Parts: sequence; structure tokens; C-alpha cells
Amino acid sequence: MNFWNDPLRVAAEWLEGIFAGWGMDAVAAHVLVVFLGVLLLIIVLMALDVFLVWVERKVVARFQDRLGPNRLGPFGLIQPFADIIKLIIKEDTTPGDADKVVYNLAPILSMMSVLILWAVVPLAPVMLGTDLNVGALFIIAAGAIGTLSIIMAGWASNNKFAMIGGFRQVAVMVSFEIPMLTMLMIPVIFSGSMNMNVIIQAQDPVPFWVLSPLGALIFLIAAIAELGRAPFDLAEGESELVSGFNIEYSGMKFGMFYAGELLHAFTFGGFWAILFFGGYRFFGLEQVSPFLAILILIFKAMLGYWVIMWVKYTMMRIRIDQMLAFNWKFLTPLAFALLLVTALVNALLASAPAWFYTLSMILANLFTGWIALEIARSATRSERERIEGVKKPVEAHH
Amino acid sequence: MTAQQIIFLFVALFTLISAVMVVTTRNLVHAALWLVSTLFGVAVVYALLNANFIAVVQVVVYIGAIAILFIFAVMLTRRDMRDTGPQMNKNWWAGALVAALTFAGLVSLLQEWSGFSKTASDFPSGFDAMGLLGEALVSPDAYVLPFEVASVLLLAALVGAVYVAFNPRSGDSQK
Amino acid sequence: MNEWLYVAMFIVVGLIIPVGAITAGYIFGPKKPNPVKQSTYECGIEPVGTAWIQFKAQYYIFALVFLVFDVEAVFLFPWAVKLGQLGLYAVIEGIIFVAILVVGLVYTWRKGMLEWA
Repeated sequence: MNFWNDPLRVAAEWLEGIFAGWGMDAVAAHVLVVFLGVLLLIIVLMALDVFLVWVERKVVARFQDRLGPNRLGPFGLIQPFADIIKLIIKEDTTPGDADKVVYNLAPILSMMSVLILWAVVPLAPVMLGTDLNVGALFIIAAGAIGTLSIIMAGWASNNKFAMIGGFRQVAVMVSFEIPMLTMLMIPVIFSGSMNMNVIIQAQDPVPFWVLSPLGALIFLIAAIAELGRAPFDLAEGESELVSGFNIEYSGMKFGMFYAGELLHAFTFGGFWAILFFGGYRFFGLEQVSPFLAILILIFKAMLGYWVIMWVKYTMMRIRIDQMLAFNWKFLTPLAFALLLVTALVNALLASAPAWFYTLSMILANLFTGWIALEIARSATRSERERIEGVKKPVEAHH
Repeated sequence: MTAQQIIFLFVALFTLISAVMVVTTRNLVHAALWLVSTLFGVAVVYALLNANFIAVVQVVVYIGAIAILFIFAVMLTRRDMRDTGPQMNKNWWAGALVAALTFAGLVSLLQEWSGFSKTASDFPSGFDAMGLLGEALVSPDAYVLPFEVASVLLLAALVGAVYVAFNPRSGDSQK
Repeated sequence: MNEWLYVAMFIVVGLIIPVGAITAGYIFGPKKPNPVKQSTYECGIEPVGTAWIQFKAQYYIFALVFLVFDVEAVFLFPWAVKLGQLGLYAVIEGIIFVAILVVGLVYTWRKGMLEWA
């Protein structure tokens, strides 16, 4: 066992040996080593987060045919550090009428809810973090704390825009949680486990996006809504709500919301990769070294993040009634239909040859999606006719 | 005392203090937030008992859904979110007496039980708690009927909620 | 048990990092509060009243519908874990379970409670 094949265990055993040498209790040494490991991972994540600020600004600039930050350092790479310094030396104002404790707690909980998501991310075959057997639901549980932090921020600011933004954001987050929960069950059905690492291992010959392309798509849509990004960025509502739930926040407290949002998007890119694109797997390359596996995972997460940004900077914002109608009248029924179809095909073809199983799964997905689109199309057509039918006599009257 | 017991006592204290704050704080939104921390404490207790699924479900359902529902409900029922009336009525001593008696009864009952003082043991390796739960939920000789009845119960809850919310509005629409 | 140690550490470190960052901002930033600066923002006019007012009931309806489906999905997770080994009868039980709830969704829809009125 050497460092390149299992760095985490080698480092942990080495450190525990040192701490034991200092006369420390074995349990205490273990706890301390876990603490240091988690601290290291989170510091790396925060460094990545700083880099994400640059990525986000550079990518949006490209989408909008601009250059983006390009003055500080090569390709503007120093820009995010300047941003951080700016955030730190700005005054932290607290509105006089705000509920001070809740107001200050909200950005902390918001950041925390994103960071703990990484507790269940398997970075490499031997670096599992937490091998929790309820990993899939843990994502939703962490999201629940994030939802809570938003409603806390919106309420505590004692600002009408913050309140409206917070309420809308929470309504959207909880609504889209249903399709997300349902789509989380699809990898669970295929792999027979809620453990993230088992889900990755089960995508051995066929990644789940091949088996369930529609599931991957619905999960992405629900994730975008959960992140509160365009076309679902109602809380921000730049033009009408002036930034929504975080309107009263300044300095580093605002920075926590902002950094949390970027890291959240990147993390969900990672979860998309883990659940449907094989996580750290890439044609056996992940077996070479855990470090390579981490790079593969980060690359796939970046791709997912890029898709989320692509959607954000391409789509226009939709209204809250349209968004909730889209979720409850289209996405939720479709998600449940897809879940049941997947379960049915999975049970009927359990003993069929692999190629036939895969092909049937793809066809079942495409068929479900096609039926759903046809129903939606005819429903919107009749809706339009209903509205226009009402209009016509009015015009004739005038 | 083991580390697990110390953690349990700490969490239990946290949960109890939060629970007391729920009923004593005068701000209704604060009460809802204290309720969240109480429910989180209960989730930690489940985790200490190795009940991973229940612990996560506690956070998903109680903090993610019920707490949000409470906060929404608080905001749409009251114009003024501050409770100004007296917090006790003249029968407070009867409530305290019933609570004390219930607590004493529970303690005396639980002391007879041999499992009361045991700490949760780790599952043997390969023990598939989630799989067993899934199997039991749909197995005809286990819990399939409660499983389906749960769905009917949820349906009743939904229909009831919609009915209650719908009725005053139908009066409005006739105007 | 050991798994929750990691999660607990993530929660602890996840709290330390933002608290540290905000404290850094508090130490290095200027602190010159005044009543105008501390008033809440309201589109170029002085704030009218408080924001802690009664809100739209529709949010409550969506939260209720969400709660029901949330509990439903949580019930389905153990079912989904074991589905591969259980065969067709488990799938049919799941279909019945979801179908009963879909009746509720259709009822809500028909009553017009899913409209943002």
C-alpha cells in the first residue's frame, strides 16, 4: 500500500501514528485526523470556489460576446482575490429594524448547507468521505437547511423585497424538490442502493444517462430550480426585486450567499455527474491513481456546471405562476410516470440480455417523454384557443 | 461514561432547551425556528441510534417541509407576529401536574425494560438496513397494507387541506 | 456510527469557515453605522411600515401539496432500493401507491388550487 494508491489511508495512519506518539488517546487521535481531513477538503473547496467566481464571470462574458475580467494577472485570474479583499474591507451593515440574530445566522447556514453536501461525494474509489447508506436522501436533507436559510434571510431583513424574494425562492425550491426526489430514485432503482459509491460502481458498463436520458434531463431541470438560477431565478429578480432575499446583505455576509450559490451550482454539477455520468469513472482511468479519479470527477462536475451556466445565460426568466404550473402540472406528473415506467421495465426485463434491457429502457424513456410533450402541446393549444376564443367576441363588440 | 453517552446528553439538553424556547418565546417566527432546532436534535438522536434512514427523513420531512409550512402559516395568519397576551392560563398547575405524572410513569415503566440502559450497537458488516426496510414495506406478510394505507392517509390529508383552503375562496368567487 | 462522525465534522467545519469569513469582514471593515444607512431599502423612498405583514395564502397551499408528496417520495425510497430483487408484485404495489396520490394531485388541480390566483 503506497501513497499514490491510497493517499487518504496512508496519510491518516501516518498522522494517527504521530498523534499516538504524543501520547494521545486512539479515539481522540482518530477524531482529530478526521477533523483535519475535512478541514483540508473544505479549504480546497473554498479555493475552488474562488476560482469558480472567475470561471462564472469568464463564461458569462463569452456567452455575451465580451471579454470578462482580463486586467488583473493572466486572463484576469487574480480578479477573484481582489473581489475577496473588497468584500472583506467593506462595511457590514445590518438594517436597524432587522432581527439581528436570525439575520446573521442565515448566511452561515446557507454556506454550511452547501459545504456538507460534500460529505457524501465519493472523490475516488478509495476516497469515499462518508460511506453513508442514505447518501441520496442526504442531498435533499442538506438542501432543506439551505431552504431554511433563505427564508430566514428573507424574513429577518425586514425588507419587503427580501421577503417577497425569499418566499418565491422557497416556494420554487420546495416545489421542484418533488421531481428531484423522484429522479433520485432512478439511479437508486438501477443500483439497488442509496450509497453514492455503489451508484457509481453500478454504472460499470452503462452509465445511467444512457439508461434514463429523460431522468437525467428532469434531474438537471429540478437542480437548476433548486439552485435558483435562470430561468428560475425569481428570488433575484434583478429588475423587480433588486436581488431578492439577500438585498440587505453587504460585505462578507453577501459574499457567503454569493460563494455558496456558485459552489452549490458546481456541487450539483458534481451530483449530476455522479448520479448519471459515472462520477469518477472514465474507462478504467480512475484505477490508475486516486488523484486522477479526483481530476475526472472535477472535470465532469465542471461540465455539469457549464451546462447549468449555459442554460442560465441562454434562457429568459419565467414568471412564478408559469414556473409553479410547469412544475406541478407537467414536471411532477412526468417524473412519477417515468419512475413507474422505469420500475416496470426494470422488473419485466430483469432476466433479459443486457443489450435488450438497455435498448428497451432508452425506448421507454423516449416514449414517455414524447407522450408527455404531446399531451402538453395539446393542452397548451386548447388553453390558447380558450383564451383567444374569449378575446374574439370582445373585439367584435368594440 | 462513553463518548456516545456524553454526546447524547449534550444533544438531549440542546433539544430540551430548544423545546422550552418554542413555547416561551413571544415571537412566532422565532418559535418556528426553535422548533427546527428541536427537530434537528431529534434527528441527531436517531443518528446516534444508527437509524440512518429515519435521521435523514427527519431532516427532509420535518425541517424541509413541516418547518417551512409552519413559517408560511405563521406569516399568513397573523398581521402582528408578536404574541402579547399572558402565556399561562389559570390551570397551568394542572398541566404541569399531568406532565410530571406522565414523565414519572414513563421513567418507572422504562426502568423495568432491559433495553433501557443499553447503548446502540453497530450493525454487523453487510447488514443491509435499507434493503430490509424496503422488503418489509412491500412484502405481503409484513407491512404492505400499512404501506398502501399510508398513501390513502396522505390523500386524505391533501384533500382535507385543499377543502379547508378552498371553501372561503369559493364564497369570494361568487361575489 | 463512524459515518456520522464525518458528517458532524462537515457540519462543524462548515460552520467555522463562514463564521471565520464574516468575522474577518467584521474586523477589517469600517464600522460607521448611522440611521439612514441602516434603514431598509425601498425603491428610493423611505420604507413604509414593516415587512412583517400577512402574506399570500397560495404559498401555504403549495407548501401543503409539497409536504404530502415529500412524505410520499420518502416512503418510496426503501421500495426503490429493493426493487431489483422483488419482482413484479412490488412494482404493482408502487404503482397503486403513486396512483392514489395522483388522485389527490388531480383533485387539487381540478379545484384550481394549483393556479397562482
